[in-house]
Amino acid sequence: MKPFDYLRPADAADAVRSVAGNPDAVFLGGGTNLVDHLKLGIVEPALVVGLAGVLPAEIEELGDGTLRIGAGVGNSELAADPRVRERFPVLSQALLSGASGQLRNMATVGGNPLQRTRCVYFQDVTTPCNKREPGSGCSAVGGWTRHHAILGASEHCLAVHPSDLAVAMAALDARVRTLGPAGERTIPFVDLHRLPGDAPERDTVLEHGELITAIDLPARPIARRSAYRKVRDRASYAFALVSVAAAVEVEDGVIVDARIAFGGVAHVPWRAHRAEEALRGSSASDRSYRTAADAELADARPAEGLDGGNAFKIPLLRRTLTATLRDLVGEDPR
Amino acid sequence: MQREITVQVDGTARRLTVDTRTTLLDALRERLGITSPKKGCDHGQCGACTVLSGGRRVLGCLTLAVTQDGAEVVTAEGLAAEPTTAEPTTAGEQQADGGLHPVQRAFIDCDALQCGYCTPGQVVSAVGVLDEFAMGWPSAATEGPGAPRLDRAEVAERMSGNLCRCGAYVNIVTAVLRAAGASPAGRPTGPGVTG
Repeated sequence: MKPFDYLRPADAADAVRSVAGNPDAVFLGGGTNLVDHLKLGIVEPALVVGLAGVLPAEIEELGDGTLRIGAGVGNSELAADPRVRERFPVLSQALLSGASGQLRNMATVGGNPLQRTRCVYFQDVTTPCNKREPGSGCSAVGGWTRHHAILGASEHCLAVHPSDLAVAMAALDARVRTLGPAGERTIPFVDLHRLPGDAPERDTVLEHGELITAIDLPARPIARRSAYRKVRDRASYAFALVSVAAAVEVEDGVIVDARIAFGGVAHVPWRAHRAEEALRGSSASDRSYRTAADAELADARPAEGLDGGNAFKIPLLRRTLTATLRDLVGEDPR
Repeated sequence: MQREITVQVDGTARRLTVDTRTTLLDALRERLGITSPKKGCDHGQCGACTVLSGGRRVLGCLTLAVTQDGAEVVTAEGLAAEPTTAEPTTAGEQQADGGLHPVQRAFIDCDALQCGYCTPGQVVSAVGVLDEFAMGWPSAATEGPGAPRLDRAEVAERMSGNLCRCGAYVNIVTAVLRAAGASPAGRPTGPGVTG
């Protein structure tokens, strides 16, 4: 690990100034991802700016029912919040399906969406990786692709975004509030992350020195009937092969509205607009759920690889979406 | 780059100068000689370095020591009460324990140790688990919106951040339930329950 200076800023504005003014500076939230990257040599900052005690750590209910979740709120606290458990079960379940108790106690709401991919080539500094070292190539192309993208990938990067929280937030139309060198702004959660294109080194649309200060979770009555389902290689404490965040509203056996997002399949938490569109007005049946999955997966491009590739994710995601919706709605009525 | 920090470790204020790169785990082991937190993977994947910071279980290997200035840290060693001053000759089995924490006692009683390398982290994690459970925090194994019920499935899910290569898991779950005064029976564990 290269030597670095450590700063505990006075407040969020001080933190932003300190990082924005130094191209080799980084923010340190819970540290569960950054400290690992420091050890692996993935990042070598000159300055680490600690955020503990600097960012709001409360969940505030606004007049319109929006929950404003301070960026310093812990993943554990957010998952346990009674309002979240009651009104947004998909979010609580997504949080609880991620990592371990120890890591959830350390992780923060502001840092979690900014964690970086667990692509093995990104994490292994001895291999080429366009995300870690632009222009060096992508080792995942033709490599081990079990944990890689089937949607939205480019020839430059097949990595997937690892956050479970982000998948639920994308489904729930959350908004990200930031403070940067240019002041405050609000970004729809689904616009926070970028597809890789030819610049996979940029995970998000945030500028250097721009800090997430809160995530706004708007009131969504549909979210009371919502769930997160995660499929992985062991029962707990593993990243998703595929995951589904879903909320549905059903009247007389017909789906009136749906909110769907996928994890483990793209460089971003993947909001499944086409699946939602296919579901609206459809009967609440397995057939509709499969049709919706196929609508979203029509453009899926599985990767070939040394391990047989990841085409298995297409039927796996179709079945996972179907099972999630079936559980939410109840028994298939026909 | 050096920083001076003061950390309350197992009830004692310890002042030390650390390189900013030093993890809490390395500060405890290498600087303070507290070797109960173990260095397993050193990348947040095994839980052997679990300690309590501010009463919450965290991973010492992913915590920079500089961020712990002013923090209260408890290791597996700090869970036991101060050693008894009673005459060793009068000590029965109870006193031979010193003042072991109920979780430590339960691990011994249930033979939940095996090689023991992961045990300090398991014990500290279990203390955190029982506290989180007492606060009503849910887990991925919690069914429904209400308060969780402590059973085998809950313990297995909540302890899943601590890996044991000896396969002591079954006895660990029993020990945690015993320490909590809960029935060692309950819902079975397995895929589908925690997934």
